[in-house]
Amino acid sequence: MSAVLPHPADHGHEHDHDHAHGHPTGWRRWVFATNHKDIGTLYLVFAFTMFLVGGTLALLIRLELFQPGLQYFNPELFNQFTTMHGLIMVFGAIMPAFVGFANWMIPMQIGAADMAFARMNNLSFWLLIPAALMLVSGFFLPGGAPAAGWTLYAPLTLQMGASMDSSIFALHLMGASSIMGSINIIVTILNMRAPGMTLMKMPMFCWTWLITAYLLIAVMPVLAGAITMTLTDRHFHTSFFNPAGGGDPVMYQHVFWFFGHPEVYIMILPAFGIVSQVVPAFARKRLFGYTSMVYATSSIAILSFIVWAHHMYTTGMPVTGQLFFMYATMLISVPTGVKVFNWLATMWRGSMTFEAPMLWAVGFIFVFTMGGFTGLICSMAPIDIQLQDTYYVVAHFHYVLVAGSLFGMFSGYYYWAPKWTGVMYSETRGKIHFWSSLVFFNVTFFPMHFLGLAGMPRRVADYPMQFADFNALASIGGLCFGLSQVYFLVFVVIPMMRGKGEPAPQRPWEGAEGLEWEVPSPAPWHTYETPPKLDRTATKVIG
Amino acid sequence: MMTIRKLGTNATRAALAISATVGTGTALAFGDKSVTDIPGGPRVNGLDFQPAVTEVADQIKTLHYGMLIVCTLIFVVVFGFMFYSIVKHRKSVGHKAANFHESVAVEIAWTVVPFIIVILMGAFATRTVVAMKDTTNADMAIKATGYQWKWAYEYGNGEGAGIKFFSTLDTAQRELSEEGKPAGNDYLLKVDNPLVVPVGKKIRIITTAEDVIHSWSVPAFGVKQDAMPGFVRDTWFRAEKVGTYYGMCSELCGKEHAFMPIRVDVVSAADFTAWVDKQKKALAAAADDPKKVWDMAPLVARGEKVYLANCAVCHRPDGKGAGPVKPLDASPVVLDADKNAQILTVLHGRLNGAMPAWQGKLSETDIAAAITYTKNSWSNHTGQLVEPSDVVAAEAK
Repeated sequence: MSAVLPHPADHGHEHDHDHAHGHPTGWRRWVFATNHKDIGTLYLVFAFTMFLVGGTLALLIRLELFQPGLQYFNPELFNQFTTMHGLIMVFGAIMPAFVGFANWMIPMQIGAADMAFARMNNLSFWLLIPAALMLVSGFFLPGGAPAAGWTLYAPLTLQMGASMDSSIFALHLMGASSIMGSINIIVTILNMRAPGMTLMKMPMFCWTWLITAYLLIAVMPVLAGAITMTLTDRHFHTSFFNPAGGGDPVMYQHVFWFFGHPEVYIMILPAFGIVSQVVPAFARKRLFGYTSMVYATSSIAILSFIVWAHHMYTTGMPVTGQLFFMYATMLISVPTGVKVFNWLATMWRGSMTFEAPMLWAVGFIFVFTMGGFTGLICSMAPIDIQLQDTYYVVAHFHYVLVAGSLFGMFSGYYYWAPKWTGVMYSETRGKIHFWSSLVFFNVTFFPMHFLGLAGMPRRVADYPMQFADFNALASIGGLCFGLSQVYFLVFVVIPMMRGKGEPAPQRPWEGAEGLEWEVPSPAPWHTYETPPKLDRTATKVIG
Repeated sequence: MMTIRKLGTNATRAALAISATVGTGTALAFGDKSVTDIPGGPRVNGLDFQPAVTEVADQIKTLHYGMLIVCTLIFVVVFGFMFYSIVKHRKSVGHKAANFHESVAVEIAWTVVPFIIVILMGAFATRTVVAMKDTTNADMAIKATGYQWKWAYEYGNGEGAGIKFFSTLDTAQRELSEEGKPAGNDYLLKVDNPLVVPVGKKIRIITTAEDVIHSWSVPAFGVKQDAMPGFVRDTWFRAEKVGTYYGMCSELCGKEHAFMPIRVDVVSAADFTAWVDKQKKALAAAADDPKKVWDMAPLVARGEKVYLANCAVCHRPDGKGAGPVKPLDASPVVLDADKNAQILTVLHGRLNGAMPAWQGKLSETDIAAAITYTKNSWSNHTGQLVEPSDVVAAEAK
């Protein structure tokens, strides 16, 4: 009965009223997929595959940095690893994974039959495959993969080989995919909510994704512009960023970070949404300050457009520019703080239990907040000038992207996967996965704060001897963190996809509310084919 | 099983060893035990900024401590509430969920209070932001130009006016790295020619770059300024203590990014005057007459030095190249009977600066010497002699 793997024809009889089209079977089910659940599964499988590729690159980086000296890779290859690790994790793992969550959950949460544009949905997923192939195949082109860092700063990009061009095209495709996915999500949310599901009764996950989708539509074209200008600088004798022809390399950074900073929030807002659903479910208490959560998320999104140059304090901005971006960046911590306070107030005087989704959510709040504080420290221009391009920054953004986005996704996985697959995961294994990830995440990234403070630059293949111990420690932690994720795949995900485990009840979590828990587990291939009638809170179907 | 247990024991021992050495600045637990702190550079297992030797670096340190204290206080209070709640408000101890879920007053409070806190934080930092950008009234200006992969310094106004030189990582260091046998306190920090400045003077550093973006950074001074090709930017410092200070290039600039350190020697006024005199004499002696006609042997000998200092980093000391870098050994361009083929390549560069244009960066004599060396080394036995005058002629084309 699992909606994830077994054949949809197995339960085709459940909705024999729906016979206008036959269900494709075998490989056709996936290649011609138009069902939001199937496409969600495709996105999640794709993202996890890319996560393992990017993770392998991270471990190769940590292998070379385990000791000072060049033991395994030449510096050129090392730079390719750091660049590809960043590109793959951002564009191949985190972003598609959240789109996978959106595909699975948004129609079910708002009581819609499917996404608004089912065929475009198929296209936005399948564009990712050629994009990923073009990106990763860079390693096999003459000169190797791009080695200019994931930020692709000009004019270093002008020195790269052919793989730079294929990567640019890959990013174009991924950008097109993201934009289509976003249009789909916005139209679905705005037009296909069940009667009675007003915007201000909508689950937080849908709210955060609605805002994220607007961010994506606003900034993906900006990235496309930046990399297209890089492309024409490389091949068509333009000089947007090429100083040899009068171009301005700093302009590239402005354009890139105008995309890049909202991108940071694109990668974290859906995680905020997941945590905002999980915490009330396991505290058995309604989300505190729903309205202020919506406003806080919107303010974060709006403010994210006016802080980009805090990535550029050392480029030599005028003093007024530094001051403006410093204050604007500090302001962003206010709505972010409001979200954390609301989560804590939701937990306060609740009746909490700590199954895996809640562990991940609490772990998220705790460790993400540490990343938030280092962000506040980095926002202060004078301190940032000391820390810019050191390992402190590496520590900071892994605290918000790994402990933020990734932990949020794990929380969402344990919360919703019983609905997807129809079986419960093993609670013990979920706990092992959580505790080992939490411990080794900190073993890996906490020492990097010290390395950065002590002055170790990032993106270096070799380093002075004084930094040896913390690098060794980070490498050991990184390996164990990676193995924890392999454990997750082998002992949690694969058994669930095969349907091994306790059958999941319709509502596995006592305190969970929302329309996704009004359908059986596993969710049938089609849900809410006719709009459901909702109760006053829009969390229950009453007919 | 045995190996796993052994690994576990080793890991525990390593963790204990690290915790014993952390912050004490004694010795490494994993790495070479003989490594110690390097004054003016990184400390062994350092937990904090390097000791400040300028007013600005000192202010940054104070700001950072202030932020750490405030953030830690907030963290402890906020997560104190969370952990109290986690312990007390759980179902397993029989706690029943309350029913409250909104409060406008509370929401306003926890918006306004953090707002005030961050504005205050910003206010404290503003003075330092302004001070760091004030490069006026400098006693001396030095231009620092980033190259792939070295720094060039050129003294502008003031006592050392006219002195210019390159500052490159000591070649032996790069070899130690390549062999995977790092050694020494100043590993990857040792340079051939350090920047020398007088103590207590306001030094304005004007940065630019020749090829890609680099970043000139000395943590002890609280200085980090990107060097942009095609643009000039500036920063400043006033070092308060005589000593040697280290930094590293802080913007990814290609494959040798890890190997372009910065060393600044801060000396007394008298020592600085002596250093300037010495440099000026050396510069005068080194000026080559491009009309001079050279014999093969001395030119090859000189060419080897030029090659090792400038070309070997990419083309390797054995001329075999590496990865995308073309080998010179048996290269058709090097073996070409027309000397100009190689001379023009060296002068104008190739592939968007991946092979840099050396015209103006090296003297005609140095270029001629390096070319002659490559034409008569390894398996290349052309017997061709490229005179400085050939280079001058090619430059005129």
